Amino acid sequence: MFRVTRRYAFAASHRLHSPELSEAENRRIYGKCNNPFGHGHNYEVEVSAGGPLDSATGQALDIGRLDQLVREQVLEPFGHRNLNAEVSAFRGVTPTSENLGVEICRRLKRNWSAAFPGEWPRLEKVRIAETPRNIFEIRADEIE
Amino acid sequence: MVVTRRVEFSASHVCRSPELSEEENRRLFGAAANPYGHGHNYVVDVSLEGDPDPVTGMVLDLKELKGILNREIVEPYDHRFLNYEVPPFDRVTPTAENIAQDIWKRLEPQFRSGRHRLRSVRVYETPDFFVDFCGGRPCFA
Repeated sequence: MFRVTRRYAFAASHRLHSPELSEAENRRIYGKCNNPFGHGHNYEVEVSAGGPLDSATGQALDIGRLDQLVREQVLEPFGHRNLNAEVSAFRGVTPTSENLGVEICRRLKRNWSAAFPGEWPRLEKVRIAETPRNIFEIRADEIE
Repeated sequence: MVVTRRVEFSASHVCRSPELSEEENRRLFGAAANPYGHGHNYVVDVSLEGDPDPVTGMVLDLKELKGILNREIVEPYDHRFLNYEVPPFDRVTPTAENIAQDIWKRLEPQFRSGRHRLRSVRVYETPDFFVDFCGGRPCFA
Protein backbone atom coordinates (compact mmCIF):
# COMPACT_ATOMS: atom_id res chain seq x y z
CA MET A 1 0.00 0.00 0.00
CA PHE A 2 1.07 3.55 -0.71
CA ARG A 3 0.50 6.80 1.06
CA VAL A 4 0.70 9.88 -1.13
CA THR A 5 1.16 13.31 0.43
CA ARG A 6 0.84 16.66 -1.25
CA ARG A 7 1.66 20.01 0.35
CA TYR A 8 -0.25 23.24 -0.29
CA ALA A 9 0.00 26.77 1.06
CA PHE A 10 -2.34 29.67 1.57
CA ALA A 11 -2.20 32.95 3.47
CA ALA A 12 -5.10 34.13 5.63
CA SER A 13 -5.86 36.25 8.65
CA HIS A 14 -7.73 35.39 11.81
CA ARG A 15 -8.46 36.51 15.30
CA LEU A 16 -8.73 34.10 18.20
CA HIS A 17 -11.71 35.20 20.24
CA SER A 18 -14.36 33.02 21.81
CA PRO A 19 -17.85 34.46 22.36
CA GLU A 20 -18.17 32.08 25.31
CA LEU A 21 -15.41 33.87 27.20
CA SER A 22 -15.20 37.34 28.75
CA GLU A 23 -12.97 40.03 27.26
CA ALA A 24 -10.46 39.49 30.07
CA GLU A 25 -10.49 35.70 29.62
CA ASN A 26 -10.06 36.03 25.84
CA ARG A 27 -7.05 38.28 26.36
CA ARG A 28 -5.55 35.96 28.97
CA ILE A 29 -6.05 32.74 26.96
CA TYR A 30 -5.28 33.92 23.44
CA GLY A 31 -2.80 36.70 24.27
CA LYS A 32 -1.67 38.65 21.21
CA CYS A 33 -3.77 36.36 18.98
CA ASN A 34 -6.80 38.14 20.49
CA ASN A 35 -5.80 41.51 18.94
CA PRO A 36 -9.17 42.86 17.65
CA PHE A 37 -7.73 43.74 14.25
CA GLY A 38 -6.56 40.17 13.63
CA HIS A 39 -3.27 38.93 12.20
CA GLY A 40 -2.20 36.50 9.48
CA HIS A 41 -0.23 33.35 8.76
CA ASN A 42 1.26 31.49 5.83
CA TYR A 43 -0.53 28.22 6.43
CA GLU A 44 0.92 25.01 5.03
CA VAL A 45 -1.43 22.10 4.55
CA GLU A 46 -0.38 18.52 3.84
CA VAL A 47 -3.05 16.16 2.57
CA SER A 48 -2.32 12.40 2.73
CA ALA A 49 -4.28 9.65 1.03
CA GLY A 50 -3.64 5.92 0.94
CA GLY A 51 -4.28 3.22 -1.58
CA PRO A 52 -2.91 0.55 -3.89
CA LEU A 53 -1.15 1.23 -7.17
CA ASP A 54 -3.20 1.69 -10.33
CA SER A 55 -1.17 -0.48 -12.69
CA ALA A 56 -2.18 1.50 -15.79
CA THR A 57 -1.00 4.86 -14.44
CA GLY A 58 1.70 3.80 -11.97
CA GLN A 59 0.02 6.07 -9.44
CA ALA A 60 -1.88 5.52 -6.21
CA LEU A 61 -3.64 8.86 -6.64
CA ASP A 62 -4.36 11.23 -9.52
CA ILE A 63 -2.53 14.35 -8.34
CA GLY A 64 -4.42 16.65 -10.71
CA ARG A 65 -7.72 15.61 -9.15
CA LEU A 66 -6.43 16.15 -5.64
CA ASP A 67 -5.06 19.58 -6.63
CA GLN A 68 -8.45 20.53 -8.05
CA LEU A 69 -10.31 19.34 -4.95
CA VAL A 70 -7.97 21.22 -2.61
CA ARG A 71 -8.07 24.31 -4.81
CA GLU A 72 -11.88 24.37 -4.78
CA GLN A 73 -12.40 23.38 -1.15
CA VAL A 74 -9.47 25.02 0.60
CA LEU A 75 -7.22 27.37 -1.36
CA GLU A 76 -9.93 29.42 -3.07
CA PRO A 77 -12.30 29.79 -0.11
CA PHE A 78 -9.53 30.39 2.48
CA GLY A 79 -6.63 32.00 0.57
CA HIS A 80 -6.19 35.71 1.26
CA ARG A 81 -9.32 35.78 3.39
CA ASN A 82 -10.16 36.94 6.86
CA LEU A 83 -11.32 33.60 8.28
CA ASN A 84 -13.54 35.14 11.00
CA ALA A 85 -15.30 37.55 8.67
CA GLU A 86 -15.43 35.66 5.39
CA VAL A 87 -15.68 31.93 6.09
CA SER A 88 -19.11 30.86 7.31
CA ALA A 89 -17.76 27.86 9.26
CA PHE A 90 -16.05 30.32 11.62
CA ARG A 91 -19.15 32.33 12.44
CA GLY A 92 -19.30 31.71 16.16
CA VAL A 93 -16.41 29.20 15.97
CA THR A 94 -12.91 30.41 16.87
CA PRO A 95 -10.57 29.83 13.92
CA THR A 96 -7.81 28.16 15.88
CA SER A 97 -5.66 25.91 13.73
CA GLU A 98 -7.30 22.95 15.43
CA ASN A 99 -10.69 24.14 14.17
CA LEU A 100 -9.25 25.18 10.80
CA GLY A 101 -7.65 21.75 10.33
CA VAL A 102 -10.92 20.02 11.24
CA GLU A 103 -12.83 22.25 8.79
CA ILE A 104 -10.34 21.49 5.99
CA CYS A 105 -10.47 17.77 6.71
CA ARG A 106 -14.28 17.86 6.86
CA ARG A 107 -14.52 19.67 3.51
CA LEU A 108 -12.16 17.20 1.84
CA LYS A 109 -13.94 14.22 3.37
CA ARG A 110 -17.37 15.49 2.34
CA ASN A 111 -16.30 16.04 -1.28
CA TRP A 112 -13.87 13.12 -1.53
CA SER A 113 -16.16 10.61 -3.22
CA ALA A 114 -17.12 13.11 -5.94
CA ALA A 115 -13.44 13.57 -6.80
CA PHE A 116 -12.42 9.95 -6.21
CA PRO A 117 -15.48 7.77 -6.84
CA GLY A 118 -13.76 4.39 -6.41
CA GLU A 119 -12.86 2.44 -3.29
CA TRP A 120 -9.34 3.95 -3.39
CA PRO A 121 -7.56 6.24 -2.72
CA ARG A 122 -8.88 7.09 0.75
CA LEU A 123 -8.29 10.34 2.59
CA GLU A 124 -6.07 9.57 5.58
CA LYS A 125 -5.10 12.82 7.24
CA VAL A 126 -4.64 16.56 7.09
CA ARG A 127 -1.63 18.22 8.68
CA ILE A 128 -1.69 21.98 9.05
CA ALA A 129 1.23 24.18 10.05
CA GLU A 130 0.17 27.64 11.25
CA THR A 131 3.84 28.57 11.51
CA PRO A 132 6.83 26.24 11.09
CA ARG A 133 6.65 25.71 14.87
CA ASN A 134 2.93 25.06 15.40
CA ILE A 135 1.65 21.95 13.65
CA PHE A 136 -1.69 20.13 13.94
CA GLU A 137 -2.72 16.74 12.53
CA ILE A 138 -6.23 15.46 12.01
CA ARG A 139 -7.01 11.91 10.93
CA ALA A 140 -9.97 11.66 8.57
CA ASP A 141 -11.52 8.91 10.69
CA GLU A 142 -11.50 11.22 13.74
CA ILE A 143 -14.19 13.50 12.32
CA GLU A 144 -17.62 13.18 10.74
CA MET B 1 12.21 1.94 17.53
CA VAL B 2 12.44 3.49 14.09
CA VAL B 3 15.70 4.74 12.57
CA THR B 4 15.62 6.85 9.40
CA ARG B 5 18.45 7.73 7.07
CA ARG B 6 18.11 10.15 4.15
CA VAL B 7 19.82 9.99 0.77
CA GLU B 8 19.45 12.23 -2.26
CA PHE B 9 19.86 11.75 -5.96
CA SER B 10 19.14 13.81 -9.06
CA ALA B 11 17.62 12.16 -12.11
CA SER B 12 15.42 12.80 -15.10
CA HIS B 13 12.27 10.98 -16.13
CA VAL B 14 9.23 11.03 -18.37
CA CYS B 15 5.84 10.12 -16.95
CA ARG B 16 3.76 8.43 -19.59
CA SER B 17 2.12 5.05 -19.64
CA PRO B 18 2.02 2.88 -22.78
CA GLU B 19 -1.38 1.63 -21.57
CA LEU B 20 -2.90 5.10 -21.95
CA SER B 21 -3.66 7.22 -25.00
CA GLU B 22 -1.66 10.37 -25.78
CA GLU B 23 -4.60 12.45 -24.57
CA GLU B 24 -4.95 10.49 -21.32
CA ASN B 25 -1.21 10.74 -20.67
CA ARG B 26 -1.36 14.52 -21.17
CA ARG B 27 -4.36 14.86 -18.89
CA LEU B 28 -2.97 12.64 -16.15
CA PHE B 29 0.68 13.62 -16.12
CA GLY B 30 0.50 17.14 -17.58
CA ALA B 31 3.92 18.69 -18.23
CA ALA B 32 5.55 15.54 -16.80
CA ALA B 33 4.51 13.68 -19.98
CA ASN B 34 6.88 15.82 -22.10
CA PRO B 35 8.73 13.11 -24.08
CA TYR B 36 12.12 14.84 -23.75
CA GLY B 37 11.97 14.40 -19.98
CA HIS B 38 12.61 16.64 -17.01
CA GLY B 39 14.39 16.16 -13.69
CA HIS B 40 14.05 16.28 -9.94
CA ASN B 41 16.25 16.38 -6.88
CA TYR B 42 14.81 13.29 -5.26
CA VAL B 43 15.06 12.81 -1.51
CA VAL B 44 14.62 9.32 -0.07
CA ASP B 45 13.98 8.60 3.62
CA VAL B 46 14.61 4.95 4.48
CA SER B 47 13.19 3.85 7.83
CA LEU B 48 14.15 0.68 9.67
CA GLU B 49 12.48 -0.77 12.69
CA GLY B 50 14.20 -2.77 15.42
CA ASP B 51 15.55 -2.92 18.95
CA PRO B 52 18.89 -1.44 19.95
CA ASP B 53 21.69 -3.96 20.38
CA PRO B 54 22.29 -4.26 24.15
CA VAL B 55 26.06 -3.95 23.68
CA THR B 56 26.37 -1.20 21.06
CA GLY B 57 23.14 0.67 21.88
CA MET B 58 22.44 0.88 18.14
CA VAL B 59 19.60 -0.58 16.06
CA LEU B 60 22.10 -0.89 13.23
CA ASP B 61 25.46 0.43 12.18
CA LEU B 62 24.75 3.66 10.28
CA LYS B 63 28.04 3.36 8.37
CA GLU B 64 26.83 0.04 7.04
CA LEU B 65 23.39 1.51 6.21
CA LYS B 66 25.02 4.42 4.39
CA GLY B 67 27.00 1.95 2.28
CA ILE B 68 23.89 -0.07 1.42
CA LEU B 69 21.89 3.03 0.44
CA ASN B 70 24.71 4.33 -1.71
CA ARG B 71 25.11 0.98 -3.47
CA GLU B 72 21.39 0.24 -3.92
CA ILE B 73 19.96 3.74 -4.55
CA VAL B 74 22.49 6.47 -5.29
CA GLU B 75 24.80 4.51 -7.60
CA PRO B 76 22.08 3.16 -9.92
CA TYR B 77 19.81 6.24 -9.86
CA ASP B 78 21.97 9.35 -9.54
CA HIS B 79 22.40 11.53 -12.64
CA ARG B 80 20.55 9.05 -14.84
CA PHE B 81 17.59 9.29 -17.19
CA LEU B 82 15.47 6.71 -15.37
CA ASN B 83 13.37 5.60 -18.38
CA TYR B 84 16.44 4.84 -20.48
CA GLU B 85 19.11 3.84 -18.01
CA VAL B 86 17.57 2.27 -14.91
CA PRO B 87 15.50 -0.91 -15.23
CA PRO B 88 12.63 -1.56 -14.55
CA PHE B 89 11.77 1.95 -15.75
CA ASP B 90 12.31 0.95 -19.37
CA ARG B 91 8.89 -0.71 -19.03
CA VAL B 92 7.43 0.75 -15.79
CA THR B 93 6.46 4.44 -15.59
CA PRO B 94 8.89 6.10 -13.14
CA THR B 95 6.25 7.74 -10.95
CA ALA B 96 7.20 8.42 -7.33
CA GLU B 97 5.07 5.40 -6.38
CA ASN B 98 6.98 3.06 -8.69
CA ILE B 99 10.34 4.50 -7.62
CA ALA B 100 9.43 3.94 -3.95
CA GLN B 101 8.38 0.37 -4.74
CA ASP B 102 11.58 -0.32 -6.71
CA ILE B 103 13.73 1.04 -3.88
CA TRP B 104 11.80 -1.16 -1.45
CA LYS B 105 12.51 -4.22 -3.62
CA ARG B 106 16.21 -3.37 -3.76
CA LEU B 107 16.51 -2.76 -0.01
CA GLU B 108 14.15 -5.22 1.63
CA PRO B 109 16.33 -8.35 1.13
CA GLN B 110 19.25 -6.57 2.79
CA PHE B 111 17.39 -6.26 6.10
CA ARG B 112 15.75 -9.64 6.51
CA SER B 113 18.15 -10.97 9.09
CA GLY B 114 19.36 -9.42 12.28
CA ARG B 115 17.70 -7.10 14.69
CA HIS B 116 15.94 -4.83 12.22
CA ARG B 117 13.62 -4.82 9.23
CA LEU B 118 12.67 -2.30 6.56
CA ARG B 119 9.63 -0.32 7.67
CA SER B 120 9.08 2.35 5.01
CA VAL B 121 10.55 4.08 1.99
CA ARG B 122 9.56 7.70 1.47
CA VAL B 123 10.36 9.33 -1.87
CA TYR B 124 10.12 13.11 -2.22
CA GLU B 125 9.83 14.06 -5.87
CA THR B 126 9.65 17.71 -4.79
CA PRO B 127 9.31 19.20 -1.29
CA ASP B 128 5.55 19.42 -1.99
CA PHE B 129 4.94 15.86 -3.16
CA PHE B 130 6.03 12.62 -1.57
CA VAL B 131 5.01 8.98 -1.44
CA ASP B 132 5.44 6.41 1.33
CA PHE B 133 5.63 2.70 0.55
CA CYS B 134 5.52 0.15 3.35
CA GLY B 135 5.47 -3.17 1.50
CA GLY B 136 2.28 -5.12 2.14
CA ARG B 137 1.46 -3.19 5.29
CA PRO B 138 -0.52 0.06 5.48
CA CYS B 139 1.65 3.12 6.10
CA PHE B 140 -0.69 4.84 8.51
CA ALA B 141 -0.47 3.81 12.12
